[in-house]
Amino acid sequence: MSTKELKVAALRNGTVIDHIPADKLYKVVSILHLDTCEHQITIGNNLDSAKVGKKGIIKISDRAFKEDETNKIALIAPNAKINIIRDFAVVEKRPLCLPEEIREIVQCANPNCITNHQPVTTRFHVLNNDGEIMLKCHYCEREVRRDEAKIK
Amino acid sequence: MSNNSLVSISDYSKEEILAILDSAASFEANPNRKTLEGKVIATLFFEPSTRTRLSFETAVIRQGGSVIGFSDAATSSSSKGETLNDTIHMVSCYADAIVMRHPLEGAARYAAEVSPVPIVNAGDGANQHPSQTLLDLYSIMKTQGTLENQTICLVGDLKYGRTVHSLIMAMSHFHPTFKFIAPDELKMPDEYKVFCHKNNIPFTEVSELTDNFNDADILYMTRVQKERFQDLMEYEQVKNVYTLKNAMLENTKPNLRILHPLPRVTEIDPDVDVNEKAYYFRQAQNGLYVRQAIISKVLNLC
Repeated sequence: MSTKELKVAALRNGTVIDHIPADKLYKVVSILHLDTCEHQITIGNNLDSAKVGKKGIIKISDRAFKEDETNKIALIAPNAKINIIRDFAVVEKRPLCLPEEIREIVQCANPNCITNHQPVTTRFHVLNNDGEIMLKCHYCEREVRRDEAKIK
Repeated sequence: MSNNSLVSISDYSKEEILAILDSAASFEANPNRKTLEGKVIATLFFEPSTRTRLSFETAVIRQGGSVIGFSDAATSSSSKGETLNDTIHMVSCYADAIVMRHPLEGAARYAAEVSPVPIVNAGDGANQHPSQTLLDLYSIMKTQGTLENQTICLVGDLKYGRTVHSLIMAMSHFHPTFKFIAPDELKMPDEYKVFCHKNNIPFTEVSELTDNFNDADILYMTRVQKERFQDLMEYEQVKNVYTLKNAMLENTKPNLRILHPLPRVTEIDPDVDVNEKAYYFRQAQNGLYVRQAIISKVLNLC
């Protein structure tokens, strides 16, 4: 790795989430509950990126995220790159994929849905409607397009 | 969670639907069967719906069961801020099954998840009302002798009308042909047209009522509600165009039957009531037998 790339300190062990669109960085922080995470975390944002313009990067020391955890961010940052680091080397490059069901992080767009009125954990089924990704509320059964989904 | 709950018509397979209709037919032949003796059924109506509540309660009483519950959220502890979760847990200490009507969509699915006893959804907002769908199917079966290969015209508010949406889902097992007759403001939403395409169900769409149902086996009328219109002038026009009159039935098929989930307002002229093709009051009566069958099924009695 050349030194000019190291705008954020290198990591010995842990997880690097790179190529997060800059405007989604803090959503990713919230979805992964990094605000209450006790490991060392380095966050960089608005870094220049050839791929996404301005990007964000998050490095979490000594914690390897499980796949179902990182997949939670596939909805808002589908092109983010997950690298698991051990001894300064990338031991796993993990592509993101949308889970079949999304819990908790999406708010139902239907104001008359029970989840917007009572303490109910939201659940959405991910559907592929002729190539268009739709989220269907498990409770009120309304569907929204992926880009219309409201992140809590 | 009790797996026996009935929340949405899509919870039931084709075989389960047919079994419910069989069971309803036997209740029609003999409605007073004491199979619910010693059982307590709760009817929790978080919004008033007298017609549906009376139908369910009669179904329980005719089978020898007892009913507890409330008919309006104002008289329940939800008015004191109790969560639905707590109300369901509390009532399930007393009742063997819960029939629930709620103004919020998804309330029944949520209740079914937290409840130790079966939930029967008697309507959750604009979402689902499966006992209505099953009584519609029973009425089609009874009047046509089969559910297969029916030509069904759906008329009126096809945009917000949950009964027509559920009917499309349920009939998809039985090779129907649909005709959607609605004003532009209240046309069938795309997701149901996509559903028809995916399931190879032929359908046509028109905006005129007159002379457009002469090939139909079932004419399913729905109420066009004033509050759906932003422009009240348009409502007045639509209301008059979408009124079914007896004279309009002259060239229809002899086996045609007219269904309506009721209450009707102006969409069916009272002069249709004397026509033998008018079936909506019998349809409401069929609701009793179907609800007897549903309660028996969720309690594993048939």
